[in-house]
Amino acid sequence: MNLHEYQAKELLRAAGVPIPPGEIATTPEQAEAIAKRYGAAVMVKAQVHAGGRGKAGGVKFCPTPEAAKEKATAILGMTIKDLTVEKVLVTVAADIGSEAYVGIIVDRATKKPVFMVSAAGGIDIEEVAATTPELILYHPVDTRYGLLSFEAMRMGFFLFKDVKLARQAAKIMQQLYTAFMNAGCSLAEINPLVLTPTGELIAVDGKMVIDDNELDRRPDIAALRDESSEAPSEVDARNANLTFIKLDGNVGCVVNGAGLAMATMDLVKYYGGDPANFLDIGGSSNPEKVVNALRIITSDPNVKCILFNIFGGITRTDDVANGIVTATRANPLKVPIVIRLTGTNEEIAVKILQDNGFSASNDMDAAVQRAVELATKGGAA
Amino acid sequence: MSIFIDHSTKLIVQGITGRDGSFHAKQMMEYGTQVVAGVTPGKGGQRFEGTVPIFDTVYDAVQATGANTSVIYVPPMFAADAMMEAAAAGVKLIVCITEGVPVLDMTKVYPYVKEHDARLIGPNCPGLITPGQSKVGIIPGRICMPGNVGVVSRSGTLTYEIVNQLTKAGIGQSSCVGIGGDPINGTNFIDCLAAFEADPQTKAIAMMGEIGGTDEQEAAAFIKAHMKKPVVGFIAGQTAPPGRRMGHAGAIISGSEGTAAEKIESFLAAGMGVAQRPVDFVDLIKARLA
Repeated sequence: MNLHEYQAKELLRAAGVPIPPGEIATTPEQAEAIAKRYGAAVMVKAQVHAGGRGKAGGVKFCPTPEAAKEKATAILGMTIKDLTVEKVLVTVAADIGSEAYVGIIVDRATKKPVFMVSAAGGIDIEEVAATTPELILYHPVDTRYGLLSFEAMRMGFFLFKDVKLARQAAKIMQQLYTAFMNAGCSLAEINPLVLTPTGELIAVDGKMVIDDNELDRRPDIAALRDESSEAPSEVDARNANLTFIKLDGNVGCVVNGAGLAMATMDLVKYYGGDPANFLDIGGSSNPEKVVNALRIITSDPNVKCILFNIFGGITRTDDVANGIVTATRANPLKVPIVIRLTGTNEEIAVKILQDNGFSASNDMDAAVQRAVELATKGGAA
Repeated sequence: MSIFIDHSTKLIVQGITGRDGSFHAKQMMEYGTQVVAGVTPGKGGQRFEGTVPIFDTVYDAVQATGANTSVIYVPPMFAADAMMEAAAAGVKLIVCITEGVPVLDMTKVYPYVKEHDARLIGPNCPGLITPGQSKVGIIPGRICMPGNVGVVSRSGTLTYEIVNQLTKAGIGQSSCVGIGGDPINGTNFIDCLAAFEADPQTKAIAMMGEIGGTDEQEAAAFIKAHMKKPVVGFIAGQTAPPGRRMGHAGAIISGSEGTAAEKIESFLAAGMGVAQRPVDFVDLIKARLA
């Protein structure tokens, strides 16, 4: 789960990281009032889950409250990567001396959270990693001990030769690490970490990505989810305990298991079609899940054919068959359906389907080919 | 022969009285796995299905039964503790089926298990099976048959699909291992490939990867440098859009690392066979066994 900048900054601030004051505005008038209250130049920043906000014109410097109102008018309602901006962060603009990058990410290779720090901050850290990797220090942390003082100081000195600044930076890294662990992050970063002309370090932008597996035990973090910034069909699917990602094609796919779901999408492409979605109904299925899956898929007008591909292990194929029957009885399908199922209780499933006028195959390739055919013919079956 | 488990495997089921644990404990027993103990705190002294003794702790179970392997079906928030409990009790092979274990928990579990000289498979995996001898986890036994193809995969149902197609074509398996799709897991492709290379029964290996991370590329480099046995590979997610998470934590394409194209290229560079579709495994493996 991604957090908005303002949410990440709240968590970082709570951990002690120095951050310029800021507030959320949903109208230009609010933005103006906040800027007036601060009595200083502000930044108005779009709060959407998209990178490249600055390039898209979603981040503006505003020397006066009037400018804040004007820029907020332009930014609120604008679209960045298909997402409509519904709120802006109005925050005191920092005096920038130099910019550093400080981030932590869970690393598969070392199997630890790894700090990445660089004095070359403010820009795309991936760019720095690609072109001048020597400017980045990587430091893995053993979470059983936490970030040790000398480790934080090593990173502090990598950024600043001056011991006072190195200490300040080390303290911020401890605070960032605390926020990272407390929120159950898979990524947390401060970019840029700004050194002001008066010698203070402040975090001017913050980003956090939460491990979805943490949300059950962190209700306060789970409450930060902003459903308005996600595709409605994906919110609907998550609430139904399904993993769903909308794509641009016309073959609606319902599959059990992420690997098989991806392999099914690949096979749709292989036979010349285009998948409309990724949808994983998960392990222990029940008919209800199938009903929800069909509802979500059929709400996409692009879908010209529905393809079920179920390999029953824990998933009982008769549950899936019952789900298909229940769902289509309540809402008759307007597009053809191709059902492939095999495995646990396959014979029962096939009988249920046949008794209700459906046919089923147990061959994955044949089913995918048929679905692609039906979708490209325009669904006139 | 086989890898990791065989007829001598003596298994503990952690969470044996839970919904998933009890269902799969029965399935494993029916398959012929020696399930020697179950663990559920507070139910020590009872018996599962009238036969298998239940203990309060893994330590007690190991002391009483001499078990050498444990399989975990406890809820995600308790899984980390369960894995470490098994390692501390001296279990040498720990298989965690549980899905949804927080990755920061795994940053503690992984070094702990290593320091206790145990092997962890998973979490978020289907487990493993040595057809005809023993199954630990949830892989359906009836789709497998004994033979000499080693199978290693990051997926669950996709593995079943491919194993099923192999079996239908008369190609049996030495062992099938599902290593799981989480960012931090106990056993990776290379661990399994090295074990298959050393296993006299295994003549060829089928390997199923996914987009995300660099495990498959590292495995390909290992194959090129260290393996004499033929390996056929497949990557799921060739058509996945970049930057989106496809269910598994593993299945993420981020930046330039971990695309299907990159992985397939590394397979080809290692001289591996590459299956474009799951069904292609049958002919590619057949050719390599001939």
